[in-house]
Amino acid sequence: MTQIELRGIEKFFGAVQVIHNLNLAIADNEFIVLLGQSGCGKTTTLRAIAGLETIDQGDILIDGKAVQHLKAADRDIAMVFQSFSLYPHMTVFENIAFPLRATRMDSGEVDKSVREVARVLRITELLGKKPSALSGGDMQRVAIGRALVRRPKAMLMDEPIGALDAKLREEMRAEIKRLHIKQGSTTIYVTHDQIEAMSLADRIVIMHEGFIQQVGTPDEVYSHPANLFVAQFVGSPVMNITEASVAEAASLATVTVGDAPAGFEFPSALLSKLNGHAANGGLTLGIRPEGVLVRREAAPGYLPVEAHIIEPLGSFDIVDLKVGSKMLRARTKAGYVAGPGEKVHVRIDPEQAHFFDTASGKSLGVRL
Amino acid sequence: MAAVRTSSEVALNRAAIVAVLVATLIFLAPIYWIASTAFKPKELAVSVPPTVLFQPEVTPFIRLFTKRVQMQKPVDPQVYEAAPWWEKRIYDGGERVLKVGKDVQLSQYPNRFMNSLIVAVISTVLAVGMGTFTAYGFSRFKVAGEADLLFFILSTRMLPPVVVAIPMFLMYRMVGLNDSHIGLIILYVAFNLSFSVWLMKGFMDEIPKEYEEAALVDGYTRMQAFFKIVLPEAATGIAATAVFCFITAWNEYAFALIMTNRRAQTAPPFIPSQIGSGLPDWTTIAAGTFLFLLPVAIFTFLLRNHLLRGVTFGAIRK
Repeated sequence: MTQIELRGIEKFFGAVQVIHNLNLAIADNEFIVLLGQSGCGKTTTLRAIAGLETIDQGDILIDGKAVQHLKAADRDIAMVFQSFSLYPHMTVFENIAFPLRATRMDSGEVDKSVREVARVLRITELLGKKPSALSGGDMQRVAIGRALVRRPKAMLMDEPIGALDAKLREEMRAEIKRLHIKQGSTTIYVTHDQIEAMSLADRIVIMHEGFIQQVGTPDEVYSHPANLFVAQFVGSPVMNITEASVAEAASLATVTVGDAPAGFEFPSALLSKLNGHAANGGLTLGIRPEGVLVRREAAPGYLPVEAHIIEPLGSFDIVDLKVGSKMLRARTKAGYVAGPGEKVHVRIDPEQAHFFDTASGKSLGVRL
Repeated sequence: MAAVRTSSEVALNRAAIVAVLVATLIFLAPIYWIASTAFKPKELAVSVPPTVLFQPEVTPFIRLFTKRVQMQKPVDPQVYEAAPWWEKRIYDGGERVLKVGKDVQLSQYPNRFMNSLIVAVISTVLAVGMGTFTAYGFSRFKVAGEADLLFFILSTRMLPPVVVAIPMFLMYRMVGLNDSHIGLIILYVAFNLSFSVWLMKGFMDEIPKEYEEAALVDGYTRMQAFFKIVLPEAATGIAATAVFCFITAWNEYAFALIMTNRRAQTAPPFIPSQIGSGLPDWTTIAAGTFLFLLPVAIFTFLLRNHLLRGVTFGAIRK
């Protein structure tokens, strides 16, 4: 049972503020992912929780107890580093046993605990080896084993699989998920990889320049991005973001992308939901490529456009479509659009459209 | 890299091997000279041209370790017959071994040799130990004026140490440190410390600080992390630094000559001082020098793997 709460955390490196008034409550057994680009403050936050970094302001509470003045050793938290940080002069067994040796546990107990963890991680046959003899994936299994063996209050993981190659990353991602389901412990996981975040997290915390941008389940941050940063950061291929204007036409609303000659048809309810925001301009439309619908033949509500660049990605293609002077990227079935220059017809799915205030970047919360 | 070597590559490779062999011969020649002289009969040591093939003997070593006097008249045959084999070698040279009662009087060489060992070992341990801690501090913590301090530490090596020999001698005499082990140890630690700090700083910087951080979250204090994680990781650097410090202290001549004369005199000033007493006995001097080479050779040999890794440390990005 471990809850972690961060209250009003501020952190400066010299004159540069790297964390701004950060507040976050993490529930017991929750898998939280801190997601952001490098330098966004996610690793600093993690290190502050671990006790490897001091904070200038605020409280870090573990199970309701402020720990910001405690040494790392006294917080009962385990951490897995991107570099694995296995002690090179010790065997795998000694590496995993190392945290237990700090507790003066008797050696029979140590042996039992290490073997149990090794069994769970399927690394029993590696116990006698030195880290230098291990593959990257096995090194990380050992590092996770070293973190698990002590049954810490919480697990912190700093880009634990970032140094592995793509295939192994996928494998370890599944492994970490399996372990979390099986062992269950409050986990804070730092990554810059949104796919990792989406696949692992109970809740994702998206950070940018030291500020939390949004906290939510993977579905929430994907379907309801709070602002332009989150909209563009989460999801691959990246969401289309473009200036747009809204007008009333017959019983419809039309959304015009940039300076395109014609607008896309939207239900008229859009106008009332935008509540006058359309009139004063400064409106940004966000639409994921799968919300850009493409047909070869003309149909009501579809605008004729020209295909520009086609990126085949195996199971689907990403097609750049020229709408006025703007490009909209659409996701189509593989090979649906034959080649560049082909004339196709395009529509925006109103239900998948997001609207943002251009100036503040904030979502207007308008969904149809 | 092509799997098949071209003929020019083979030729180049052979030339390199020849060059290495030639260099090795040049470097080993003085060692050979000393070693062979140490086992030569006295009269062959100065023969021209130099003798290469000879019956090796250990007489120079016997002379090295004993106090002897020139005999005025030949030795009594009965005494000669009763003497042990090594004593006969001395009689053969027209000398006799000095004795007090039955006990053979040893020369000063063993004592000087011990002095060298004591001073070199203790000063090395101290210099490397202090250097390791200092380097760790500079490497891991924000030290105000770090660059200036490191420069200041290095600046102690910016003039030949012997420049300060006279003032040091006067000060040492004033505080009673001259001709004492501790005095030499302090001096050698002072020389070696800057070197040790700089070398160890490089090694410490190469040890990822995540190792200690991992130990810190694993429940250890920084001091425990230092001893359990950093020190084993720094072993290579410590070994390399220790070899260099030991060689410096072991071979130091000028200060040892000025600061010591009896009690704490080390082997380097002692060995040549033997030239002065009577005819120069090159074989005995060579024997002393040969033995003097051994500790450094053994120490370096034992640590050779560390040393090789040590001097190429950081050259290869992993």
